[in-house]
Amino acid sequence: MASLDRVKVLVLGDSGVGKSSLVHLLCHNQVLGNPSWTVGCSVDVRVHDYKEGTPEEKTYYIELWDVGGSVGSASSVKSTRAVFYNSVNGIILVHDLTNKKSSQNLHRWSLEALNKDSSPTGVIVSNGDYDREQFAENPIPLLLIGTKYDQIPENKRNDVLARTAFLSEDFNAEEINLDCTNPRYFAAGSSNAVKLSRFFDKVIEKRYFIRDPCQTTAFTDKKRFNFKSLHYD
Amino acid sequence: LTYLVNSPVFQVLFFGFGWLFFMRQLFKDYEVRQYVVQVVFSITFAFSCTMFELIIFEILGTLSTASRYFHWKLNLYVILLVLIFVVPFYIGYFVVSNIRLLQRQRLLFACVVWFTFMYFFWKLGDPFPILSPKHGILSIEQLISRVGVIGVTLMALLSGFGAVNCPYTYMSYFLRNVTDSDILALERRLQQTMDMIVSKKKRIAMTRRQMYQRGEDQSKQTGFWGIIKSVTSSPSASENLSLIQQEVDALEELSRQLFLETVDLQATKERIEYSKTFQGKYFNVLGYFFSIYCVWKIFMVKFWSQHISFILVGIIIVTSIRGLLITLTKVNSAIPPSCVSPQGMYFVSSVLLIRMSMPLEYRTIVTEVLGELQFNFYHRWFDVIFLVSALSSILFLYLAHKQAPEKHMTP
Repeated sequence: MASLDRVKVLVLGDSGVGKSSLVHLLCHNQVLGNPSWTVGCSVDVRVHDYKEGTPEEKTYYIELWDVGGSVGSASSVKSTRAVFYNSVNGIILVHDLTNKKSSQNLHRWSLEALNKDSSPTGVIVSNGDYDREQFAENPIPLLLIGTKYDQIPENKRNDVLARTAFLSEDFNAEEINLDCTNPRYFAAGSSNAVKLSRFFDKVIEKRYFIRDPCQTTAFTDKKRFNFKSLHYD
Repeated sequence: LTYLVNSPVFQVLFFGFGWLFFMRQLFKDYEVRQYVVQVVFSITFAFSCTMFELIIFEILGTLSTASRYFHWKLNLYVILLVLIFVVPFYIGYFVVSNIRLLQRQRLLFACVVWFTFMYFFWKLGDPFPILSPKHGILSIEQLISRVGVIGVTLMALLSGFGAVNCPYTYMSYFLRNVTDSDILALERRLQQTMDMIVSKKKRIAMTRRQMYQRGEDQSKQTGFWGIIKSVTSSPSASENLSLIQQEVDALEELSRQLFLETVDLQATKERIEYSKTFQGKYFNVLGYFFSIYCVWKIFMVKFWSQHISFILVGIIIVTSIRGLLITLTKVNSAIPPSCVSPQGMYFVSSVLLIRMSMPLEYRTIVTEVLGELQFNFYHRWFDVIFLVSALSSILFLYLAHKQAPEKHMTP
């Protein structure tokens, strides 16, 4: 079989939020039967049609690198993990909607991954503090996914969704909230599937196509417009 | 001073400290939703600290004998109440709540679990010569003796391991020589393994997609024509797939091992760097002295006076507590957040053991409060378990040391 081009996407998040289940769902369209603790890094591959349905359609491999561990790990674990962060084209940040700490830790996760990336337009970080502007100009596309959506009690749902909306604005990223044990969240044509597809397209574009200034601003404007319209719902 | 101590000021302080420790250290990265656990842990911690405080008061001679006696009794009753009634009941309650089948009658099943626990707890006392027949069934001595057995065993196991592990960790003699190029070589192997896994998974994904598009997908082999098709079509594609999948599984196992070995080498390198600092050298020297004492203790040459051994037993206890709490911190995401009871038993039995090392004149009040337990039994039991634990730790560490990835290091 002809070898296709590929992009590398990291899947980061705290232990137990459901990254392995998510990656399995994205790559095999099936629910993971026996999730177990990830040691090191587990990779899976998804075949993605870039610009599906248009004449410029092209197939790419999307490598999903699911890195295990927690943000507070020993420095020996962190320096070993850095091996997996080379030449990353996109990052999926996963948090557990029933666990606030996992959402808060996402800032540290993204800093850890972005600091290790040695791209020419590298992100400059001052004393490790989180700074919103750096994410606005970040060349690496981010996607925010909240798991265990079904486990939130009904009365808390609005608070949780408001909180995640703030988070996605912080990261300048799209957000998807789902339950990894239910494949219908990514059913073809659903809004989640569309967001996912758009994210992968953006990753491929940033990697392979020379950045056309008009095109990127149109892209970001379109994204911001969509996001703002969510507020008025 | 008497008024200050008689009031619960110190208890509240200890409670607050336990609470803070729980929040900041043990469950730093994880959200705790059950406040009951936190409260129980802090209470246990607070009363355990009060017990230690009372021992110190005993030695220093503050307060009157009567008030000390009163505080001892109060403390013991509360701790025993928590250890034997509250904690096992709540553990049973949480376990039962998690099982869907039993959720309706949670309280009932929690009581059942508690009675089972009490039965085994009682049975625990039978093989040990800890009681004289003049004590009744529900006397405090019965309960303390059983708690003591469990706690002494735990402590001896931990002390034995600590006595061996402490010199091993702190002494640079045992540190293997790791260079940067060793680590880089291992990281490169890890990268290559990951790349191989990725390329094989790409083949699998592409083959699956083509099979799906051609309608050869396994899940579609239904009906009459499906059966005919599956018989006549060549099974080479799916056979290939399962072969590649096996290769992938083997490679993934290899990648995990390489990851763990790299982490190990990185940790060793950091320890080497730490040992070159001033702090590291200081601990290294301490480690030598401490290891000499540990070896001496293992072979039980009781030569020096009881005062020094009391201090050193205290140090071993503190380092084992520290090691225990560090291990708890590392494992906290895997265990349910209610492993409080072993710790409580640990604290109660450490009182018993401190008595063992205490100089003779201070033993009276402890004996008076705790009743006529067979203290000699506890001493002998501790020594036996300590020896067993220390020897098995030596064996375990020796095996782990020998099996280290020496092939990754430059000669």
